[in-house]
Amino acid sequence: MARKLLLEHINVPGINTFDVYRSKGGYAAVEKALKTLTPDEVVEEVKKSGLRGRGGAGFPTGMKWSFLAKPEGVARYLVCNADESEPGTFKDRYLMTYIPHLLIEGMIVASFALGAKTSFIYVRGEMMPQIRILEKAIAEAKAKGFLGKNILGSGYDLELYVQPGGGAYICGEETALLESLEGKRGNPRIKPPFPAIAGLYGCPTVVNNVESIAAVVPIINEGGDEYAKVGIGRSTGTKLISAGGNLKKPGVYEIDLGLPVEEFLYSDEYCGGIANGKRLKAVVAGGSSVPILPANLFMKTINGEGRLMSYESLADGGFVSGTMMGSGGFIAYDEDQCIVRNTWNFARFYHHESCGQCSPCREGTGWMEKVLHRLEYGHGKMSDMDLLVDVSKKIEGNTICPLGDAAAWPVASAIRHFRDEFEWHVTHPHEATTRNFGLAHYADPLPKLEEAAS
Amino acid sequence: MLSVQDTNTPVTFSPELLSKFADVVSRYPEGKQKSALLPILHLVQAEFGWVSAPAMDKVAEYLSIQPIEVYEVASFYTMYFLKPQGKYMLEVCRTGPCEIVGATPIMEHIEKTLGVKEGDVTPDGLFSWRGVECLAACGYGPVLQIGPEYTFYENLTTESVDKLISDLKGKANN
Repeated sequence: MARKLLLEHINVPGINTFDVYRSKGGYAAVEKALKTLTPDEVVEEVKKSGLRGRGGAGFPTGMKWSFLAKPEGVARYLVCNADESEPGTFKDRYLMTYIPHLLIEGMIVASFALGAKTSFIYVRGEMMPQIRILEKAIAEAKAKGFLGKNILGSGYDLELYVQPGGGAYICGEETALLESLEGKRGNPRIKPPFPAIAGLYGCPTVVNNVESIAAVVPIINEGGDEYAKVGIGRSTGTKLISAGGNLKKPGVYEIDLGLPVEEFLYSDEYCGGIANGKRLKAVVAGGSSVPILPANLFMKTINGEGRLMSYESLADGGFVSGTMMGSGGFIAYDEDQCIVRNTWNFARFYHHESCGQCSPCREGTGWMEKVLHRLEYGHGKMSDMDLLVDVSKKIEGNTICPLGDAAAWPVASAIRHFRDEFEWHVTHPHEATTRNFGLAHYADPLPKLEEAAS
Repeated sequence: MLSVQDTNTPVTFSPELLSKFADVVSRYPEGKQKSALLPILHLVQAEFGWVSAPAMDKVAEYLSIQPIEVYEVASFYTMYFLKPQGKYMLEVCRTGPCEIVGATPIMEHIEKTLGVKEGDVTPDGLFSWRGVECLAACGYGPVLQIGPEYTFYENLTTESVDKLISDLKGKANN
């Protein structure tokens, strides 16, 4: 069993309290950083660790930190993005619910590294229970001298606050999140300037995902080089995977990056296989925004290599035959699921969540939802698939923020890989409303390349 | 489309509520009190059950911002109710991962049991329901939440929904 870096003590009774967390070695990273390291040395350790942003984009965290502008006399901010709302993703909720002090500890170390005196954890408003948990944890940490003035006698001051959102997926985009934190609508900003130059209140700001911040704790405790030894290639460390859908054992799992997908999906240590003895039809590997793959392409790359749970292996084949690690929101679909219905459901989600600033996204997501709705309910046309691809191409890359791309990719990939199922909905409109297309050939082994070529 | 519903009911913020407002405002730098808007709207909704136009006007006055700055925020975010709801608003996640494990049958069951359409209030004023987008609990679906505490109910079945509704009725009648 792989070593856990984040969830090692998750099952210890009372780990959500300061005392138990501390007794398990908690807050050692704060002591080490504030007493023995300079802020720049902390940044250096995070750079060495190779940690990549765990919210979805996968941008190296240490590099993001090193971009932070440091003009004299101007406040700097660290904002934790806990607006977890990418369909399929629920790891941050889990972490904040059961081991809140890990996030608080990471926030203190990261704030110290960046020179922030006030930091915010922006939690989606629906997570009121988690907000109360975090506020309690912050009060405990403050009472023990780990927050507030002159932390551990180091001369470093930090105030940490929890900010609730109001219910908007778009606020997971970092500039929309900052707008929201300023008390405005969550409309993403045009970049540049990036938040590292002009973020919260126009001041230099770093926005990091919950899991990225939490990962700073083992990185400082063990050293960046040690952390980088876990994982594979440029996918260093461990990753929380939120596994949902038709699985025997859905839940949050911490894996070493590089774990074979087959092991993750079928071994009893992780998901335990597909529920109810069904067969796997398709997988969304990293949250609803990433391309959906049929089972065969998910299990093996087009070259016949077994896929691994790593940024590189999941992306192998680009958008033609690969997908993305994304946020680690893993959704498994069994043979009874309808890809057309699922694609419509996601299109409705993006239409609902589009902030409305950019016409391609505001209008395009609505069109995609409408066309997919008619396909699902037996009124589709053969030309609809090309129409959907056309609309998705016109959204992709033509918007201020990545929500447009996130809306376009699931639709384009579903049609790329499951076109026969969409066509069946057109040719069998009545059947399509009463039964599903089924597994078809999606789980068949892929033909070898030479056979496919001949 | 959400719209700001006017009402003539006068709104008064209690000293307790105002002290909670002040606590929120104290988190932000001088002059950045507008940051308190979202948390304050949550407090208002928890107190009154919804966010009325007069309440928004008072919030604007409190934060020294224009009323439109409050309206545009309250109508942008999905959690703020701009018209009165049932005492218990059942919000069922309807997005992909919950959908494939049975969110639609749960919503149909709730509609049948409560006898009101999505967004309407039961005649006794106790319940309303609606489908909402991903609640980030995809491994425990189908799920629903009930404000203002946003208590979570996971792995729903028609039986567990029936029990929840009857428990809430019992709680309201005591």
